[in-house]
Amino acid sequence: MSDTVALTIDNVQLQGRPGQTILEAADEAGIYIPRLCHLKGLQPFGSCRVCTVLVNGRPQAACTQPISPGMVIESSTEQVREIRKDLIDMLFVEGNHFCMFCERSGNCELQAMAYRFGISAPRYPFLFPSRAVDASHPDIMIDHNRCIRCARCVRASRDLDGKEVFGFVNRGPHKELAVNAAARLVDTTVDVTDQAMNVCPVGALLKKRTAYVVPIGRRKYDHTPIGSEIEGARSQ
Amino acid sequence: MAKPKIATTSLAGCFGCHMSVLDIDERILELIELVEFDKSPIDDIKRLSGRCLLGLVEGGCCNEENVHVLKEFRTHCNVLIALGDCATMGGIPALRNVIPLRECLDEAYRLGPTVYNPTGAIPNDPDLPLLLNKVYPVQEVVKIDCYLPGCPPSADAIWAALTALLNGRPIELPYELIKYD
Repeated sequence: MSDTVALTIDNVQLQGRPGQTILEAADEAGIYIPRLCHLKGLQPFGSCRVCTVLVNGRPQAACTQPISPGMVIESSTEQVREIRKDLIDMLFVEGNHFCMFCERSGNCELQAMAYRFGISAPRYPFLFPSRAVDASHPDIMIDHNRCIRCARCVRASRDLDGKEVFGFVNRGPHKELAVNAAARLVDTTVDVTDQAMNVCPVGALLKKRTAYVVPIGRRKYDHTPIGSEIEGARSQ
Repeated sequence: MAKPKIATTSLAGCFGCHMSVLDIDERILELIELVEFDKSPIDDIKRLSGRCLLGLVEGGCCNEENVHVLKEFRTHCNVLIALGDCATMGGIPALRNVIPLRECLDEAYRLGPTVYNPTGAIPNDPDLPLLLNKVYPVQEVVKIDCYLPGCPPSADAIWAALTALLNGRPIELPYELIKYD
């Protein structure tokens, strides 16, 4: 078996390694494929679909699809950009994302993704769902209004912390994050030092008393688009 | 040739976006060389006088008067701009959208811990604009031509958009001028 796999992404030829996903191979080549649910170090999950690419003309999630020889992948074409913008728009309108007072604003990956795509307003009507806030724990809070059900906390708690504090209940549009207790976060084994506490891409899972520490202008995505760190690796 | 007109209004907003318009500082002198202000809180003209090139709308629609003003702007403005997060997504007033209107009124006029209202009456004068069941972003009521997000949009973003439109260029905001906070 060959130890490299040849493929092209947006007409750039690259060599991946067997067993890599499209997203991993692209990252190594300095090609940024937008993603929200995927996080390096966690099992690929494929829920947000923002990493959708066209593989030989068919839409696939780059974070879960393994590479194979001769794949022709489109990632930054207008068609794929429109698919991703639609997905980001839908994530905004189906939750309650009030950026103006959110603790994660400026460091939020969903917001940063919308900035990167130059979205000035979503194209869909807002749903304004009724969602709860669980602030029962002394050091941690969950704001379900902002949850995008990426399962990063679910995977981190299960695979990195060995705890399974988080999970999902219900299905389809009613799917929501739940905690491994009768009702409240305070009744779980979660701890503020858990690795699950550091993975939320939005302001849904927060450490209390850590908000608004970094002033506007010095936050992660104030001046630099999300993905620049991966694209920067290519230009050097 | 007469200068093109610009009209502005604040619907369910806090006037913060209008403060951000004033925050263009001395560039406002350049602006009034280019345009004439029509209905706007800035010059306190109460009614639209006719055709306007630009309309800036701050805030979403929380009552029937907001809808009336917004439709009037749509009728009279060539280019209608949603100014700020309340216009584009409802903003802080839209926090009530997850609570039934009746409960909001009860909390405000009867049950709130600091309420003093011996008759328990909820204001219902015919002169008061009727509240809508929820707060609507402006694009869910009329067609909007462009959006300036932000709470408020920065003066630089407003200036970039106005100068582009007045010079017949498309609005292309650089990365740092699209912000939702």
